[in-house]
Amino acid sequence: MASLPDNPDALYGDVIMDHYRRPRHRASLSYADVEAEEFNPFCGDRATLQLRLSHAAGHSPSIQDVSAHAEGCSIIQASASLLADNLRGRTVEQAADLSQLFRDLMQGKPLPPVALSELGDLGALEVVRQYPVRVKCALLPWVALEEGLRKLGRRGAAGG
Amino acid sequence: MTAATVNAPASFSGPLTNDDVERIRRDFPVLDQLINGKPLVYLDNAATTQKPRPVIDAISNYYLHNNSNVHRGVHTLSQRATDDYEAGREAIRRFINAPDSSEIIYVRGTTEGLNLVASSYGRKFFRAGDEVIITGMEHHSNIVPWQILGKEIGIRLRVIPFNDQGELLMDEYESMLNERTRLVSVVHQSNALGTINPVSSIVELAHARGIPVMVDAAQSIPHLPIDVQAMGADFLTFSGHKMYGPTGIGVLWGRADLLNDMPPYQSGGEMIRSVTYEETIYSVIPHKFEAGTPDIAGAIGLGAAVEYLEAIGMDRIAAYEQALMRYGAERLAATEGVRLIGTAENRGGILSFYMESAHAHDIGTILDAEGIAVRTGHHCAQPVMARYEIPATVRASLSFYNTTEEIDTLIKGIDRVIEVFG
Ligand SMILES: Cc1ncc(COP(=O)(O)O)c(C=O)c1O
Repeated sequence: MASLPDNPDALYGDVIMDHYRRPRHRASLSYADVEAEEFNPFCGDRATLQLRLSHAAGHSPSIQDVSAHAEGCSIIQASASLLADNLRGRTVEQAADLSQLFRDLMQGKPLPPVALSELGDLGALEVVRQYPVRVKCALLPWVALEEGLRKLGRRGAAGG
Repeated sequence: MTAATVNAPASFSGPLTNDDVERIRRDFPVLDQLINGKPLVYLDNAATTQKPRPVIDAISNYYLHNNSNVHRGVHTLSQRATDDYEAGREAIRRFINAPDSSEIIYVRGTTEGLNLVASSYGRKFFRAGDEVIITGMEHHSNIVPWQILGKEIGIRLRVIPFNDQGELLMDEYESMLNERTRLVSVVHQSNALGTINPVSSIVELAHARGIPVMVDAAQSIPHLPIDVQAMGADFLTFSGHKMYGPTGIGVLWGRADLLNDMPPYQSGGEMIRSVTYEETIYSVIPHKFEAGTPDIAGAIGLGAAVEYLEAIGMDRIAAYEQALMRYGAERLAATEGVRLIGTAENRGGILSFYMESAHAHDIGTILDAEGIAVRTGHHCAQPVMARYEIPATVRASLSFYNTTEEIDTLIKGIDRVIEVFG
């Protein structure tokens, strides 16, 4: 049977509480290349994401600005804030890789040390794994990211 | 009854004492365990109640000794299964004081009871432009079936509003009743607010205009004595699993004259008197509405649950839970940052609350770490959340097996929430 860690407050560590209390990049962008929203009808949680890309000639597009807005518990809010904090400057491919890595982390796949260092302060969310019903809270902003990246991909494939 | 192993119910006199409750708690094996190293404090009884030993024994006794299909065979096992299945029906009839056991229809639960009436009664008797009245505090299961019917045949849903305490505005209700009203379908006790609605007055006003009334008793039947004849309702439905019985079984009670006029809801075996390829003659009630092999073990378990509740006494249960709820409401009201949602004068054992500083899920997780089980979310009553402009509440819902010590543990858990979230 799953049981919680000895310290019941482990979930509410400094990084999570900091990002919950002072979410980063919450203001919406005046202009965005892509927007995505995910909603969990069972608990009413919502995550909205906007990305603005830079298109420097000869380089693959990279994420210049991000807005992540979440409604719901501390975990979804912290996850959205940490996501936004970690996306800037990444190319679209790198963003997709990070998203996969984060999913692997939340699903308990063994990760090599280099992957863990790649995740940086996102690693603070690993504790959520010990609270299985809360994993979907942490993942919701990332589902929005994946949806946004898919939209970009379709547009790219359509030659836009 | 053919059960050999079912315990004789304990007897009680006078109000429930702490000793009585200790004795009762021993009937519920699930309560005796540690959750995250702490004794389980089960305060999610409005979602589903725990099962006492006599219910568990009745179900296992059926499978161990009597398992057979009902109303089908001449052999001994089939006779025993049929007797026990029908004994459950009679126990339920007695419990709600229905005039006749043929009016007790086994369904899967409240949701199916409401859908049965919407599908069968609604499709037959409602026309475009007709109106159905519900309250603003319905569970989704008493909203959506009418909406679906509304789309199909063009009926209009009217909603009785309620005040900030969670009490229906009866004047508004009265002014909604008109010659287009075909049915009033109301929740007896709100699962989100705890409000106990004045169903007898609701019935009186509707009947004065010849309008039938359906009552969703999912949350009231485990906590209040219910007498359908005194209440005057025309249909009443409830779920076994919220009244200490098994999941998958519930009851729709309806007045025989109404049920007789209604077409079957599903078709197949059991509900048929004769079938040829030209014509089918339906059975009489209740079998007309019980197509297919029913949940036999569930019905037997529900019968045992009813007997268990009768042995304690519904008046005694209501009085004990009322005192426990008042104690909990006082303690919560005295806790800084906690806002009680649902403060109707007449309400049952539901403590629904909201904290500005912490989301309901975070509160739920911290309480779980303390061994406390509560429900967090919108409780399938999103219009109620919208009425108070909040996304979700934490709901502690009480049973006669809960104690004031458990309320104290809840308050300590909330103190932990305040430590973490401020
Ligand atoms: C007031 C009310 N009505 C209906 C239901 C639906 O009951 P069931 O899910 O057992 O069909 C519930 C259950 O939560 C309820 O509280």
